[in-house]
Amino acid sequence: MQVFPSHTHRNSSLNDAVSLPTIPLYRSAPPLEVRLEEFESFAIDRLRVLKGISDGLSRGKKPEEMATLVKDLWKANMRHQHASEVLNKDIISHFVLRLVYCRTEELRKWFLSIESALFRYRFCEQGAEAQRVIMEEFDLPYKATSNVEYESVKEKLVQVARSLGQNSSTVDAIYYKVPFEEVPELVAGRKVFLNQGWAYVAMNQVVSLLATLFRSQLSKALILTNRKWTSSIKEKEKHRLAPIVEALSSSYLGPDYSQPREYGEISLKDIDQVVKSSFPLCMRHLFEKLREDHHLKHGGRMQLGLFLKGVGLNLDDALAFWRAEFSKKVGLEKFEKEYAYNVRHSYGKEGKRTDYTPFSCQKIILSTPGAGDQHGCPYRHFSEENLRAALSRMGVNSRATEDVMNKVRNKHYQLACTLTFEAIHGMQCDAGINHPNQYFSDSQKIFQQKVDSSLKFVFKTNACEL
Amino acid sequence: MIIDGYQARETTLPNEFNPNYLKLYYGKLFPHSDLFKWMCYGNDGKHPGCDPSYLSRREFSYTLDNDIYVRFQSFQNAAELESSIKDKCPFKIDIGPVYSVDPSKRHAYAQSGDNVFTPVERELIFDIDISDYDDVRYCCSGADVCLNCWPLMTIAIRVIDTALRDDFGFKHILWVFSGRRGVHCWVCDGKARKLTNEQRSSIADYFRVYKGNENSYKKVSLTGHVLHPFLAGAYSDVLKEFFETKLLTSQNLLSSEERFEKILEMIPDQSATAELRGKWQENRRSSIAKDDINVVRWEQLKQLVHSGKYKAQRLHRCVEEIVFSFTYPRLDMEVSKHMNHLLKAPFCVHPKTGRVCVPIDPNHCEEFDPTIVPTLSQLLEELNREGFTADVDGEWNKTSLGSAIGLFRSLFLQPLLEACKKEIETSYNAKLKHSKDLHSW
Ligand code: SF4
Ligand SMILES: [Zn+2]
Repeated sequence: MQVFPSHTHRNSSLNDAVSLPTIPLYRSAPPLEVRLEEFESFAIDRLRVLKGISDGLSRGKKPEEMATLVKDLWKANMRHQHASEVLNKDIISHFVLRLVYCRTEELRKWFLSIESALFRYRFCEQGAEAQRVIMEEFDLPYKATSNVEYESVKEKLVQVARSLGQNSSTVDAIYYKVPFEEVPELVAGRKVFLNQGWAYVAMNQVVSLLATLFRSQLSKALILTNRKWTSSIKEKEKHRLAPIVEALSSSYLGPDYSQPREYGEISLKDIDQVVKSSFPLCMRHLFEKLREDHHLKHGGRMQLGLFLKGVGLNLDDALAFWRAEFSKKVGLEKFEKEYAYNVRHSYGKEGKRTDYTPFSCQKIILSTPGAGDQHGCPYRHFSEENLRAALSRMGVNSRATEDVMNKVRNKHYQLACTLTFEAIHGMQCDAGINHPNQYFSDSQKIFQQKVDSSLKFVFKTNACEL
Repeated sequence: MIIDGYQARETTLPNEFNPNYLKLYYGKLFPHSDLFKWMCYGNDGKHPGCDPSYLSRREFSYTLDNDIYVRFQSFQNAAELESSIKDKCPFKIDIGPVYSVDPSKRHAYAQSGDNVFTPVERELIFDIDISDYDDVRYCCSGADVCLNCWPLMTIAIRVIDTALRDDFGFKHILWVFSGRRGVHCWVCDGKARKLTNEQRSSIADYFRVYKGNENSYKKVSLTGHVLHPFLAGAYSDVLKEFFETKLLTSQNLLSSEERFEKILEMIPDQSATAELRGKWQENRRSSIAKDDINVVRWEQLKQLVHSGKYKAQRLHRCVEEIVFSFTYPRLDMEVSKHMNHLLKAPFCVHPKTGRVCVPIDPNHCEEFDPTIVPTLSQLLEELNREGFTADVDGEWNKTSLGSAIGLFRSLFLQPLLEACKKEIETSYNAKLKHSKDLHSW
């Protein structure tokens, strides 16, 4: 794959290759020329699909719900105005994201599991003939069970099928005998008969097997890509692709909250109240620490300051806010000299926008607070004990706390935050928490609704009395 | 009979845990060389296929006096392992995974790129704890265990052990008493040690029947027209009989209103429960001859559910669901799912009970009695009675630890080491052949 500046035209060499299966297996980088702008935009489109899948999975959506979700995401993002380009877009975007996600273990893991899930759902959407073509492409190392063998375990196979709610009349007659290690999902769901380490995989379960193979091939490929990246591409593309690649991996795709909807949405006098009702734990913690110590280190000032800006605290109020606290510790003069400038700066210059955009959860979660730092995401950076204490101070009951801790243990920090949100507000938050400012605005919306409906209620009762 | 003060002190050691006794235990009784042999998996041999770095990449952790916890200990050879244990005298020894590099030197590798220090092998482990059964046993709670509730552990061993062998094809399985309130299981086959986390999770989930949160064991839900062969086998071969002939009566599951209500709750048909409740409340006083009240009521329940009189959906399943809820093994899932979970080594002494973590023979697990497992002080007493001899190796032979170590060797270690030897040879020959093939090109 070669990347060209945007204006050059490329010859699409895959267009007439009609016999290719509808889901590419991404075995090798395509002999394609890619325009620089497509390099990035295709990747972003695919990333939207992957993030959508990842959210769906971590929210515990059911398989059927996931299937629809994936179909919709794919339709919405992976189209191309020229039908002939759709396959190219699929392949190019995959290979660009490989570069993006090959670079650390954590990134690789995420990419691997989401791409495998994507493959699985797409495979299931295919018709029988298309599935057969894809299967052949995989060149499975397993043979179907012989008749004799099939008869010897038939009773058990029927039992498994019936345990899955199938009618015995529709039970498959073609089974593959596969080491159980290769079909972890089928084992986990007790969807296969196991005997002496062999899993008997029915024809209609083969997708699970393919997904495992797909995954292991991709896993190996990612390691190789990583080697290539560190040994040459990174240096060669220092000025062109590397910055794009690096930006992509930390990209957060929701609204960026850099422009508060209207200044003055919150004012200083009710800030304490709002902190309690609508700040996510990360911000609440910073706020309380600031009140306690009258100081925050740089990381904390950035995280809280930009959040407050996004929430709608205007510059004057922001200055007053920081001044009130800091001057107690460092004195008024030092505050004006050393800190006030930064506050103004973060409200002012539009030029370096990225630096002054409120932090997304992803960015906060990936930050690495050191000694004396208070920033970061409490779900990730607090000890279990401290987190429990913080949750109980927020009024999360013990049942919900256990659910939260469970998510934390599985490293789903944003979900833990979402559950906290739901526990406190007594309402579902279907979109999940992706940004502290989103937490804030969702929370405010709920309170607004509550106020509205209680007003309506008052009005109604009044009307009755009339 | 106290003859003189010294003698008296020697023969009546207080029945508790004591660091000084522990020192003696590690010095005279603990089977260091067996632990070493096991942890080497044949790599301490002379065969050119052996990996001499194998043992040194294994993590050991110690819990010392005052709850000091030292992780990432590693050892080059048998002598180092033994002298470290004797020297540090740990209250508890935990065994961790085999890493890609020597864990005690992990910092040296930390700089050279990501992911160099990572677990590469680990036994598949299971941890079953009787305190997780508190909602279904009335005799004890928490860490306590008696001969009425211990059989729950016994059948857990039978169910899991059978499936590990028959379904998954594992052969080298070690069951160990955890010293107080449960059992540990180590699956040591080569392919078990190499499982990925995902594969480990899949096995743990294969064993799981409790719905919802992993920490709440309340609800068993069995779906489908019939049970999966594994569950069906566990039910008909182990659980059903145990429930009906032992647990019902030993725990008096249906004797009082409070208890039978818990079981009635699991029947998904209001009118069926009402009928049973009526019958049982009436019956409270009339003594039903010789038959045990629990058994009688259980028969009534089964009869009613299967009579076809009530038609609620899933009603036919509730008998099985009740039996599963009360008897099916409750595994600590998290322990089994990840390679880097630590687990206490066999032959440690439990600091609260003083009992030694001895192996359990899964073929005769119903004979195992946790209340007569040798304690530290008992062992030292036995040793004193026999008198110390110069011949240090095999000192344990004179104590009741002898049979435990014998069992460890004959049942587990010897067959394991034989298999390891073969594995090392086969993979070495395969490699040799492979490189020959390459040369002939
Ligand atoms: S998940 Fe996001 S909003 Fe919630 S505490 Fe962490 S960083 Fe803050
Ligand atoms: Zn008991």
